[in-house]
Amino acid sequence: MLDADFFRRWMTATAASVDREAERLTALDSPIGDADHGSNLQRGFHAVAVTLEKEAPDTPGAVLVLAGRQLISTVGGASGPLYGTLLRRTGKELGDTAEVTEEQLTDALRAGVDAVMQLGGAAPGDKTMIDALVPAVDALSDSFAAGRAAAEEGAVATTPLQARKGRASYLGERSIGHQDPGATSSALLIAALEEASVE
Amino acid sequence: MKMLINVAETVVADALRGMAAAHPELTVDVEKRVIVRRDAPVAGKVGLVSGGGSGHEPLHGGFVGPGMLSAACPGEVFTSPVPDQMVRAAAAVDSGAGVLFIVKNYTGDVLNFDMAAELAEDEGVQVAKVLVNDDVAVTDSLYTAGRRGTGATLFVEKIAGAAAEEGAPLQRVEALARQVNENARSFGVALSACTTPAKGSPTFDLPDGELELGVGIHGEPGRERRAMMTSREIADFSVHAILEDLNPSNPVLVLVNGMGATPLLELYGFNAEVQRVLVERGVPVARTLVGNYVTSLDMAGASVTLCQVDEELLRLWDAPVSTPGLRWGM
Repeated sequence: MLDADFFRRWMTATAASVDREAERLTALDSPIGDADHGSNLQRGFHAVAVTLEKEAPDTPGAVLVLAGRQLISTVGGASGPLYGTLLRRTGKELGDTAEVTEEQLTDALRAGVDAVMQLGGAAPGDKTMIDALVPAVDALSDSFAAGRAAAEEGAVATTPLQARKGRASYLGERSIGHQDPGATSSALLIAALEEASVE
Repeated sequence: MKMLINVAETVVADALRGMAAAHPELTVDVEKRVIVRRDAPVAGKVGLVSGGGSGHEPLHGGFVGPGMLSAACPGEVFTSPVPDQMVRAAAAVDSGAGVLFIVKNYTGDVLNFDMAAELAEDEGVQVAKVLVNDDVAVTDSLYTAGRRGTGATLFVEKIAGAAAEEGAPLQRVEALARQVNENARSFGVALSACTTPAKGSPTFDLPDGELELGVGIHGEPGRERRAMMTSREIADFSVHAILEDLNPSNPVLVLVNGMGATPLLELYGFNAEVQRVLVERGVPVARTLVGNYVTSLDMAGASVTLCQVDEELLRLWDAPVSTPGLRWGM
């Protein structure tokens, strides 16, 4: 069973890996975006980590709702509303129980990913965060490790795609050949689940 | 890359502190990142709120003041502001007559303003939104996020701002803003990439002797790269790209806009070529504005925006305005 502590570790582990990878995310965002994905997410998840340290919500759902609200208030750009919606919606799906199963988490994440698809209007293959999140949610029913591998594969698989959503879509065919920064950061979020589970 | 900054993290806050010192006629909330005209809310007047990433100065904070915007929300560099800023701005400028959000068509701006509109309406503010999408370099199709909002934003903010100043109701201000956007088209070229403070090096590699055609305002590459062209050739290409899409039967407003690092000497020379093409194409020019208005940090290059106007739009364009970035008639 996963409790509020697990969810706090998940968010803290995400903050740490976004911090480590910020330069790489920004570098990925540079040829097809506007070179700020790393610094924006770094600012947002840093705020999440600080907030969760100050306020310690005692249910998994409350941790994610608070984290999502922090992201919306601090990130800006498209990443703020999209990541904020992902975590808020996932948190709301979990309700106010003190512990959830891995299966419940996977189902809630699936609802969160659906909400992101609806908000951004993106589908798999559009070269967005969805390309990492959808395969991840499918694989999470096996294990966190499988989810992590699927998300990373999904992120790498965005490289040959032509972007249809977000700022990269303005480049048309020139967006081909670059890994999507949003899919890459989504893979970090999923990878952090595995890190949180071994602590 | 040398920049006149302290550290990347405080670039926006530092600029806002400096702006506050230079413009006592504005209320600048450095912490909450909202710039409001000092006399807001003006009784009976529709509030105009715009915003977007920083790095496009004077857009949008430089266009706050009588005759134009009521408030602006600057985001991080090239990153849209967050909903909290827009809700705060809406509350500060709403006199009960409602607020118009002027939103450039970028995914982040659209999502954050949508969220803000819902939140502001929950707080009892009547909100209307207009989307600016004037960039003909982007194909508006299912396969893109739609046309970007660029130079036409200035026309929308000025003309809708004049209407609001005259006391037009929200629905009318919104309709005029939409009319301006529908009649405006832009095309931009980059002679160099720009450098964001966070990255510290140019956002893409553009060798000497080449230029990017069809760029936006975020340092992203454009729709194609070519060998460097003359001012005359660039004007031909840009104006033709616009006129392929906009077939004006009325006179146009012309904005020849610098991207931030191109001197006025070059911009005026470029404007001469733009005007020549318009004469050749038989398009009458009502007014022309040349300068750095919708910039992209230190990018070299320029954009052209044409906006077809009728008598009323022209009268509203000519109406007095008093902002840090645009000022005439008062």
